[in-house]
Amino acid sequence: MSSLEQAADLREVRGPSALGGGRRRFFDLLWLMGVTEFKRTYFGTVLGYLWSLVRPLMLFAVLLFVFTKIVRIGSDTPNYPVLLLLGIVLFSFFQEATQNSVTSVVAQEGIVRKTQFPRLVIPLATVLTAFFNLLLNLIVVFVFVLAWGVDPSWTWLLFPFSLGLIAVLTAAVSMMLSVLYVRFRDVAIIWTVLGQVLFYMTPVLYPLTVLENQTLQRLMLVNPLAPIFNEIQRWVINPDEPSSASIAGSAVYLIPAAVLFVAICAFGVWIFNRDAPKIAEEL
Amino acid sequence: MADPPAASSTAMPVDNAIANSLANGSPTPPSEAPLAIQVENLKKSFRIPTHRIDSLKERTVRMFSGREFRELQALDDVSFDIHQGEFFGIVGRNGSGKSTLLKLLASIYRADAGTIRMAGRLAPFIELGVGFNVELTARENVVLNGVMMGLTPSEAGDRLDAVLEFAELEEFVDLKLKNYSSGMLVRLAFATMLQADADVLLIDEVLAVGDASFQQKCADAFRRMKDEGKTIVLVTHEMATVEAYCHRAMLISDGKIQLLGDPEEIAEQYLRLNFEDGAASSGIDSKTSGDGVRLLDAWLEDEAGERTTSIEQAKPIHLQVEIEVARETADLSVGFILANAEGLGMFQFGTPIENEDGSSTVHPGQRVRIDTTLENPLAPGRYFIHAGVQRHGAGGEDVSLYTHNALDFLVFGTQSSRGVVSLAHEIKAVVSPPEEK
Repeated sequence: MSSLEQAADLREVRGPSALGGGRRRFFDLLWLMGVTEFKRTYFGTVLGYLWSLVRPLMLFAVLLFVFTKIVRIGSDTPNYPVLLLLGIVLFSFFQEATQNSVTSVVAQEGIVRKTQFPRLVIPLATVLTAFFNLLLNLIVVFVFVLAWGVDPSWTWLLFPFSLGLIAVLTAAVSMMLSVLYVRFRDVAIIWTVLGQVLFYMTPVLYPLTVLENQTLQRLMLVNPLAPIFNEIQRWVINPDEPSSASIAGSAVYLIPAAVLFVAICAFGVWIFNRDAPKIAEEL
Repeated sequence: MADPPAASSTAMPVDNAIANSLANGSPTPPSEAPLAIQVENLKKSFRIPTHRIDSLKERTVRMFSGREFRELQALDDVSFDIHQGEFFGIVGRNGSGKSTLLKLLASIYRADAGTIRMAGRLAPFIELGVGFNVELTARENVVLNGVMMGLTPSEAGDRLDAVLEFAELEEFVDLKLKNYSSGMLVRLAFATMLQADADVLLIDEVLAVGDASFQQKCADAFRRMKDEGKTIVLVTHEMATVEAYCHRAMLISDGKIQLLGDPEEIAEQYLRLNFEDGAASSGIDSKTSGDGVRLLDAWLEDEAGERTTSIEQAKPIHLQVEIEVARETADLSVGFILANAEGLGMFQFGTPIENEDGSSTVHPGQRVRIDTTLENPLAPGRYFIHAGVQRHGAGGEDVSLYTHNALDFLVFGTQSSRGVVSLAHEIKAVVSPPEEK
């Protein structure tokens, strides 16, 4: 029997891990889980995808009202409404993905404890689902941007790059949170609070130029999301606004953000990889 | 206390069906075949914190206090080989480490030391229907499950039809699993498992699923897998299954291999092990002294005259009871009731007490020994003996004693059946030619 002959070589079984079981299987699983979850969430209900649009749009409407009619930051900023919309949609992705990831591994307890598969798939599939949602939302955003009268420019080509940076950071944070939550259940509460803090620390509601104190601006730019959001706003909507480097005074002040970015990614990968083999036992 | 032995004597229907279908083939172990699984010096322990810290807050507060653990050695230096095409049984009591072993083989846990090598693709079925997401449709679940088993999405998609056909659920392919009945769900799960087409199957407790015709299909599928030379590792409590279709079996106890080899031997050893502890708790657990009479001791003896608490099926029961009286008494009778685990009285027996010279007077300080030999048609399980002593004659002071559960013991055996007794029987079936009308 040929199948037996092929199977005749013994291979070592190394137990569960973040990535184990072959690259092809990993990506197959990731894609499949991301897609099915996306379909389930957004096409399972009657209004389906519309719901996922309603949330950022409602937030957008409320904030637009507050910041142009009451606080008036928006009135001084060119193209404020589309800037706000883009920022909200991007940040919603980060927040939705990380928030859902926290409990993702624990929620999938059944398959983690009873089946073998690369553990990393779980948080990454959650991120992928949120990413699909982001892509759909971005279509709406770009329709708004064009309708608002923003001219397309070549810098739009840089947008996918910065989107990639956000996705990588989101994935790293998600990995870290999902595996920490297995052991420490207060991670969920902590992250809800931290997520709120991050929302206000990232230039979503306001451009960095609103802050007049440069020390404060430099501090804000330690947050890796801050320069990314600032550059996206420049590249997509307001090409005449100052870059992150010129706001901080020098590119040197962007180094902490870059270091932090790399550190978060490294830590996320490291801790997930370290704890992955033991997840089934800890649950 | 051990599981109620009564339960262990009722075979699951599918097990039987499968066992029967597989017993047809000659169970010669394919020991010449190349290895399918090789386990060497496998060790696994769990650290159980004496105080579980489950929040970051607490972790921070206790940062400098050492963490205390209790070390639980689940598997201790286990080595064994399984050949290709072999049907291998793993048995052991709860907590013996067999589930840990299965999870190590299935790559769910990681070993502390030692190696596991495996040839070919493995399909673990630790539990039926695991990995199913009830929010998704059957189609999505089957494909997802296939990919988890290592198929490509297109291969998994190709197998969808076969799975649905086997499960007889073609019409419900786009129905979410949450709307499935439990029977449909189980059929789908079983079909998915069979279609995984792995080289090595790890099965924890073959499950009783579906109606009779579906069970037959499952049994056929199992036989086919066996014929195709699949390696099957089965963890079970069902000794009849082990004996009927395992080539070899392994008994695990306290994380060590107790015995590896012939299924019959393993089954017997397992039952002995299982019942030893259960019966060890035996003893007189209610009042032993009544008016003027006291029950001193009650025990069973094996053929060699040694005290025992478990008896093999069909071997006679030797019951020994000792009583003494508080004052000179005549015309005493002893009586016993044999009851099963459910409390059902199965048989009553007794005798008047007489001296060798025919008189019935018993003096204080004299011990009365009642020696009984009983035929044993009892089904495997736990049994109790209630004892009573009373005066049967008129006159004199009343003497009475009733001891509930004077003794309990276990009958072990591998001949599983429904019912409380196994009766000797002859049975045959005759097919008569069709009648002409």
